[in-house]
Amino acid sequence: MGVVKLELKGISKAFGSFYANQDIDLVVEPGQIHCLLGENGAGKSTLMNVLYGLYEPTAGQIVVDGQPRSFRGPGDAMAAGIGMVHQHFMLVPVFTVAENVALGAEPAGPGGILNLEKTRRKIREISERYGFDVDPDALVEDLPVGVQQRVEIIKALVRNAKVLILDEPTAVLTPQETDELLDIMRQLKASGTSIVFISHKLREVKAVSDVITVIRRGKVVGDAPPTASPTELASMMVGRPVSLSLNKAAAQPGERTFVVRDLTVRAANGTNVVDGISFDIARGEILAVAGVQGNGQTELTEAILGVQDHVSGSVTLEGKELLGLPVKEVLRSGVGFVPEDRSHDGLVGPFSVAENLVLDLYDRAPFAKGVGMSPAKVAENAAAKIKEFDIRTPSVGSAAGTLSGGNQQKVVMARELSRPLRLFIASQPTRGVDVGSVEFLHRRIVAERDAGTPVMIVSTELDEVAELADRIAVLYKGKLVGIVPAGTPRDTLGLMMAGVSPEGGSDDN
Amino acid sequence: MTTATKPAPGAAGPTTALRPSLKVPVSLGVLSLVALVFFGFLGPGKTAEMKISEQGDAIVLPALQIPGQAGGIVLAILLLAMAAYSIYLWNRGERSPKWLPIAFAVVFVFALLVWIVAGAREPSISLAGLIAGSVTLAVPLVFGSLSGVLCERVGVVNIAIEGQLLGGAFTAALVATVTHNAYIGLLAAAAAGALVSMVLAVFSIKYLVNQIIVGVVLNVLVSGLTGFLFGTVMAPDKELFNTPPRLDILPIPLLSDIPLIGPILFEQSVAGYLMYVAVAVVWVGLFKTRWGLRVRAVGEHPQAADTLGINVNATRFWNVTLGGAIAGIGGAIFTLVTIDSFTKEISGGRGFIALAALIFGRWNPIGAFLASLLFGFAYNLQSILGIIGTPVPSQFMAMLPYLVTIFAVAGLVGRSRPPAASGIPYVKG
Repeated sequence: MGVVKLELKGISKAFGSFYANQDIDLVVEPGQIHCLLGENGAGKSTLMNVLYGLYEPTAGQIVVDGQPRSFRGPGDAMAAGIGMVHQHFMLVPVFTVAENVALGAEPAGPGGILNLEKTRRKIREISERYGFDVDPDALVEDLPVGVQQRVEIIKALVRNAKVLILDEPTAVLTPQETDELLDIMRQLKASGTSIVFISHKLREVKAVSDVITVIRRGKVVGDAPPTASPTELASMMVGRPVSLSLNKAAAQPGERTFVVRDLTVRAANGTNVVDGISFDIARGEILAVAGVQGNGQTELTEAILGVQDHVSGSVTLEGKELLGLPVKEVLRSGVGFVPEDRSHDGLVGPFSVAENLVLDLYDRAPFAKGVGMSPAKVAENAAAKIKEFDIRTPSVGSAAGTLSGGNQQKVVMARELSRPLRLFIASQPTRGVDVGSVEFLHRRIVAERDAGTPVMIVSTELDEVAELADRIAVLYKGKLVGIVPAGTPRDTLGLMMAGVSPEGGSDDN
Repeated sequence: MTTATKPAPGAAGPTTALRPSLKVPVSLGVLSLVALVFFGFLGPGKTAEMKISEQGDAIVLPALQIPGQAGGIVLAILLLAMAAYSIYLWNRGERSPKWLPIAFAVVFVFALLVWIVAGAREPSISLAGLIAGSVTLAVPLVFGSLSGVLCERVGVVNIAIEGQLLGGAFTAALVATVTHNAYIGLLAAAAAGALVSMVLAVFSIKYLVNQIIVGVVLNVLVSGLTGFLFGTVMAPDKELFNTPPRLDILPIPLLSDIPLIGPILFEQSVAGYLMYVAVAVVWVGLFKTRWGLRVRAVGEHPQAADTLGINVNATRFWNVTLGGAIAGIGGAIFTLVTIDSFTKEISGGRGFIALAALIFGRWNPIGAFLASLLFGFAYNLQSILGIIGTPVPSQFMAMLPYLVTIFAVAGLVGRSRPPAASGIPYVKG
């Protein structure tokens, strides 16, 4: 099996006047797992898209085995032995595994009539060699996420990839699936395939990497050995010393004012995406809802807010039933809500920061004045919030959509925390947020707890859950697997996220 | 604890078990009761005569004689039985098989036919003529809906089918008249349809203009342009510009003499035979070939196709162009087969019905073909019933095709899934 040495020399990629990558040098030695570590938006994915021929570099050279190459498209990159597994899978859901694997290089007979037998055989071969357990005739949309990812890997291997790029491959996996993937990566490495592993999760990076290259704001900051401490790596990513632990005080739970009973949300296809969930949250306590993405977390929070249909059960806040109330009433009852997709559901992108900060209160005094609004009061409020939450924006009038992820999230948080709250719900409070802002946002959430508000956090990142939670609820396929105290070992949480209840035994009915 | 404060439609039904929808059993039940009351108990006393073969045919079969009321009752009972079977299946938690609604529809339409014919002034129609005429009327619809299938499968919504039909009809008439050759006219129609499609493709793919808007604008544009040219060029000098030769009907010997299906399958113009070929080729092409796999991938998940080295926008451009050419051929049918010259708005909204046929046919060439036949049947029924003089006012009959369209698209097909990326322009990155 041939091995390939891959070099990137002085790669720059500009979008307009903004440099996503600037003068990047990188050498991937044959048969190594080379990790690219960096925050969201640091330019890792852009770099890999350049390498894979999806973007044309503004400057620089790609050298494969000493030969300078230029890729006009992914086809050229594949021909040079480079394969890529994207963060969002590039699989056609309504195609079978074999059709997806064959696409673009389909074996066909006369007249272009497809003949997928060869593809099926190859899939079975690779599947056996690495223990993938993939059926070539299964429809991709019916497969679990972890298996879909293996289909992506097969796709690259069938095309004889010698260098495999994995872009944030663990973002959608349970901890157990992640471990399996890391094993697969080691096996691939043993058979001579080099891997470029893109991640921002320090634990995984340290576990498999041979070399770590840290990227910040489009530039290579430096290399680090896998033995470097997490604090060192994080500081390299952010560019200043960061403390990774929050050191919050113990919770002082009070009266259980938020009570959910038998909450069920039925989806359009008739299944229950939230299935008979009951829990309470006390004043001054953070309940973190953990689980792999897509196990009912979104529907759970949206049902409480009142934007889901086909909801049954009961949700009471200080004795008042929230289900069935219009969203505005729910918010006026003292619920603060940070949606998981802030740019889509939390902000109106083209509106100014100032306007976004009063989206909930625009029709109330002091911001409303008769049928009109009071721009002075809106601007005043914005100036205060920008200072309090350290929102980095050119001006109060800048469009919210132009801010960085972390600053957008601060706008949403600032708005939701500015009302007197009786319940605070935040979904994925720090997804796509830079490490520096994470710390700040976490402190604000804990401060809200300490002010005596029941707080519910939904997060798919176990690190975040461990950081914030006073108690941890785990969801699997819309059911509550269990509620466990903070400090429960990751392994236990990982099993719960796969549906195994903490007392042991599977929870499949 | 109080429960279910939020109104949940269907909450009375079981919520945990996954039951098939009640839509099919209920609609079949209601329709069969309607049939029993109107076609049966209130059925006309006369006997409906349905001729199966024409006088000049090689094999002459006797005509069907069906007494209005008795026939209605028998057919209604058959319908009730089918509805009962569907409810029985639902009760056991099973889905109704696919053939059941289709068989039900066929029997229901037949019962409707008996009811109308037996109530007419002249209670006699030619079944063979009815079906053959339906196919003739369906030909432009089939070409139009195939164009839609090709475009939507690759991710471009083609609202401009109407414009492509109209452009094809106009060009066919003009070119065939000038060259005195219907076949050159047919080719020119394909080119005209492709041209309209290219405009759609360029604006929606390269300039990312909303596809629906481009489509609508194109329809209006083609309608205005052909109307203008018709008024200034064609109408003043009809001999020179608007007397196209017809496409000859080419009956296949022997086979065309088979009663009922002979005239449908084996007594067509070149365009008619082309229709059957086009349906088969598009189906095989889409689902059995390398080209089709790529086309469908582009329509479902363009990013995935792009990362595998498939040129998304080029695939879209050429597919949309090909679709336009097919619709253009459909347009030529109006001026070269059915009517002998071009008139303003000759396509008369058939392009939109073709769009409905494509959705009814679930983005599948064969489905679109069958749906087009159904709509063609509705058109033909309307004109034949006008001739034999039914008690139903002709305005209602004229609504028939559109009524069928609404019911077909809204209710009967259930939830169908369009290609995921249909209507969404592809921008790299």
